[in-house]
Amino acid sequence: MSTHATTRVVGAPVPRKEGVDKLLGRACYVDDLQREGMWYGATVRSNIPRGIIRSIAFDRKVDWNEFVVVTAADVPGENHIHLIIADQPCLADGKVNHREEPIVLIAHPDRNKAREAVSAVKIEYDPLPPIFTIEESERQDQVVWGADNLLKSFLLEKGDVDSAWAHAAHIVEGEYRTGAQEHLYIENNGMIAEYSAEKGVTVWGSLQCPYYVFKSLRSVFDLPEDKVRVIQTETGGAFGGKEDYPSNLACHAALLAMKSGHPVKMVYDRMEDLAATTKRHPARVRHRTALDSDGKLLAIDIDLATNGGAYATLSSTVLSRATLHSTGPYSCPNVRVRSRAWATNMVPFGAFRGFGAPQTIFAMERHMDEIAAAIGLDPVELRRRNFLHDGDTTATEQVMREPVILDRLMDRALEESDYYAKRQRFAAENRVSAVKRGMGVAAFYHGSGFTGSGEVVLNSLAGVDVTPDGRVRVLVSNTEFGQGTNTILTQVAAEALGIDYARVEMAPPDTGQVPNSGPTVASRTSMVVGRLVERASVQLVSLLRAQAGLGASYTTEEFFAACECYRQAKGEVLSTCRYEAPPGIKWDDQKYHGEAYPAFAWAVYVAQVAVDTVTYSAEVEEFWAVQEVGRVLHPVLAAGQIEGGIAQGVGYALYEKVVWQDGSMANNQMTNYIMPTAEDVPPIHVFFEEIPFRHGAFGAKGIGELPHDGPAPAILNAIRDATGVAFNSIPLLPEDLFAGLAASQPIEEPITL
Amino acid sequence: MSVLWPAVRFTVNGEVREVHAPPMKRLLDVLREELKLTGAKEGCGEGECGSCSVRMNGELVNSCLIPVLQAEGAEIQTVEGLAANGKLHPIQEAFLQCGGAQCGICTPGMLMATAQLLAANPHPNLAEIREGLAGNLCRCTGFIRIFESVVVAATRDSASATDEGAHDAR
Repeated sequence: MSTHATTRVVGAPVPRKEGVDKLLGRACYVDDLQREGMWYGATVRSNIPRGIIRSIAFDRKVDWNEFVVVTAADVPGENHIHLIIADQPCLADGKVNHREEPIVLIAHPDRNKAREAVSAVKIEYDPLPPIFTIEESERQDQVVWGADNLLKSFLLEKGDVDSAWAHAAHIVEGEYRTGAQEHLYIENNGMIAEYSAEKGVTVWGSLQCPYYVFKSLRSVFDLPEDKVRVIQTETGGAFGGKEDYPSNLACHAALLAMKSGHPVKMVYDRMEDLAATTKRHPARVRHRTALDSDGKLLAIDIDLATNGGAYATLSSTVLSRATLHSTGPYSCPNVRVRSRAWATNMVPFGAFRGFGAPQTIFAMERHMDEIAAAIGLDPVELRRRNFLHDGDTTATEQVMREPVILDRLMDRALEESDYYAKRQRFAAENRVSAVKRGMGVAAFYHGSGFTGSGEVVLNSLAGVDVTPDGRVRVLVSNTEFGQGTNTILTQVAAEALGIDYARVEMAPPDTGQVPNSGPTVASRTSMVVGRLVERASVQLVSLLRAQAGLGASYTTEEFFAACECYRQAKGEVLSTCRYEAPPGIKWDDQKYHGEAYPAFAWAVYVAQVAVDTVTYSAEVEEFWAVQEVGRVLHPVLAAGQIEGGIAQGVGYALYEKVVWQDGSMANNQMTNYIMPTAEDVPPIHVFFEEIPFRHGAFGAKGIGELPHDGPAPAILNAIRDATGVAFNSIPLLPEDLFAGLAASQPIEEPITL
Repeated sequence: MSVLWPAVRFTVNGEVREVHAPPMKRLLDVLREELKLTGAKEGCGEGECGSCSVRMNGELVNSCLIPVLQAEGAEIQTVEGLAANGKLHPIQEAFLQCGGAQCGICTPGMLMATAQLLAANPHPNLAEIREGLAGNLCRCTGFIRIFESVVVAATRDSASATDEGAHDAR
C-alpha cells in the first residue's frame, strides 16, 4: 500500500517547507528571540579533569547583588540529567569528573557582565589523578566510574569462531583507530527558559528531541507533565550534537529562571560550545579474520573499545550500533564481537551522525583492503565474494528478507567512477610523479531506526489534524534541523491525503501541542515517523469517507469541505497512529541475536585521492556515492543529505582533529579545528537505486546517517592504493602522512639538475 | 542604546540609520540588537565561518570583526535587503530551488557572499564560485547544492527580481 508506483507529491522536488523564511533571514533561531525582562546566563566550569571541590569563592570586586547564582544546592528535584543512566549531575556537587563540568551558574540582565563575572568565581580543588585514554581505563589503576570503569559491554556471537582458525587458509589481523569529531553545527547550543509557579518551566531552544529535554526538566525540577513545556526554535544544524546536550542546557537556564524570576537566555559562544559539549566517541577496533583459500570469510573476531568520557550519556547505545555495524555487509558463518565502552575523565562523548557505525565501518572496510593485499586478491573481488545476499544472515543471524543489491551498487559505482581504468592509469603515472593517485572503495550498510526492540519501546504516537481555517497540520515531535523533516512529513501527509502540498504544514514543535513521536535521531524520521503520518492520513481519509461523505475521488477543496462537515457533527478533525512493528521482528537484547534493524540502507562509495609526496597533503579529487535507501521521497533533499554527509566524512578522514589537553578540547576555535570549506570538497556524484520498503513511508528507509559511514574508509583505501602504505588511523593529517610514508621507505634524494 | 555614546550614521538596506553605541561594539551586535536585523548570525565570533557576512561599501565583510565606528557613513546591505517588491531575489529563488539552504543558519551569509561574487563577476566558473564562497562555512550541504544555486542565480540574475515565477517574500 505504501509503495505506490506513481505519486504526485512524494518524489517531487517541492520547495522546502520553511525555505522562504530561511532565505529571507527571518527564520527565528534561539538567539534571535527576546523575552520581556530577559536576563543572560553563564556557566562556571571545572578547570581540572578530576578532583574534590574544596571551596567556591566569589570575588568581592564584583557586586554580586546584581546577579543570581545557582549551585547544585538549588536543584529542586534530582540533580541528574535524565538519559539512560542517571549518573551525570546537572551541576557538580562536591566533585568533578572532567574539565568543563558545570559547577556554578550565574545570571545578570547584561549579557557581557554575565560572561565577565565567570572568572570572578574562584573554585579550589583537591585534585585526583585523571585518566584519559581507553588503555588507561582498561588498566583500572584508577577507577573513575562505577566499579570498573566499564560503561557498557556487549558480546555478539555467531557460530564457533575458536574452531575456525585451525582450518583457515589465511588469518589477517589489524588494529584501527578513529578520533573524536566535533559536530560543528554553525549555530551553537542555546536555550531560553521561563519559570512561574503557575505554569512551571517553559524552554525554547536549539534541539533535536523535545521529549528528551522534557524528561530531564521533569526530574530536575520534580514537576508533573503539565508543568513542563519544551519548544524547539529553528535549529541551525545538529548532527546528533543537539540530541543529548540540550537537556543539560535547558536545566541550567531553567534553574536560573526559577531563582531570578526572569526569563533567562543562555547561548554558548563557539569556544564554550566546542570545549564543553559532546563529540563523536574515539574508538579502537582490533580485527582477526580467517579466510579460506578462495577468499571467503570463515571467521571474524573483533575487539571494539570506545572512549565514553566521564559520564554514561549515550555511550551504551552508540556502542550497540557500533557493534552491529562492525562486521560490514558480509556473510560470515562465525563471528564474535566483544565491545566495551570505557569511562575516562574526558568531556563526555555523545551522539553524532552514524552513532558508532562510522568508527567500526572504517575499521572493517580498511581491514578488507588489508586482507585483499595480504591474500593477493583485488579489493573489489574480495568484497564481491563475501557480500550478503537475499536469504543470508548477518552477524546477529538476522535473515535478509528484503532484496540486497550490493553487487548492483558495486557495478554502478565502478562504472560511474571508471574505477579499473583509473587504477591502471594511476599506477602507471605514479611511478614517475610526485603526486600519487589512487582509488578506494567502501561497501556498507546502515540500519534504519532504533536498534532491536527500540522502536517498540519508544511506542511513538503521531498524527494529523485539520484546522477550522483549512490547513492540515502534521502532529509529531520530530524536528527540522536542516535535514528536511518539515518537507518530507508534509509531503507524505499531502500524498496520503490526496491534497495540495501547500495546504499541509507542521504543527509547532512544542510538547504542549504535539504527541511524543520519538526523538529525531537514528535515521528514523522518514521511515518510522513518516509511516505513522502516512497511516494517520489514510485513516483520516477513511473516516471522512465513512462519516462525512467524502467521495472516492475529490479535490483539495472537497476534502476540506468534508472536514468541516465532520467537525460540525463530531468535533475535532484528528487522526493519530501508534507504532506497530513489522511482523516477524524478534530481538534478544541479552544475546544480541535476531532482527537488529527493521531495514538497512546499503551503499558503495568510491574515492579518488591524490597524495602529494612533496607537501604530504592528501586531496579527495572526486567522489562517487551509490546507495539504496528505499524510495527517495525528495530528490533534492536526499542528494543534499548524501553530499553533506560525505563532506563531513571527508573532514573526519583528513582534516578534523580534536587536540586534547587535560581531557578537553584545546583547539576549541574554528580557526584551528578545520572543516572542509567550499574549496576543499570534491565533486560528489550521487546515485540512488530505489527499492521501496513496505514498512516505510511510501517505501522510504533511513538516509541521514548513511553517508557519514563510507567516506573515511574509501579515502584511506585510496591512499593505500596511491602510496602502497596502510594508514589505519583517522584523522590522517599531513604530519601523519609524512610519518607513515617516511617510515615505509627511505627518503629519496632531491633531484639536482 | 544610550545617547551618551557618540552617534554613528550609516545606510542599511537603503535606509539611513543612526545609532548611539560604544564605538567598539561589533557591527553584528548593532545590527541584531539596536536595529533588530537578526538575519546575520554569529557562528564563531572570529571571522572564520562567515555567517555574519554583510556587504559594506561594495565589499563582503564579517560583521563580527567590524567595530561600529568603522561603519560611519557606510552603505550596508544585509540579507533583509535582498528581496524586493515582495518577491524573492533571484539568488534566494535559486537557493530555494536547488536546495542551497538546509538548516539555514549559514544562509544569510552565504547569500550575501553570492551577491558579492555575482556583483563582481556575473558569470563565475566553478573555481571562482568555490573561491568566492571559501570564507563561508556550511556544515549541512557539502556545498555542492550551493554551487549549483550560484550557477542558476547567475543565469537568472539578468532577469528581474519581479520575475513572475518568483516566490512571495511577504
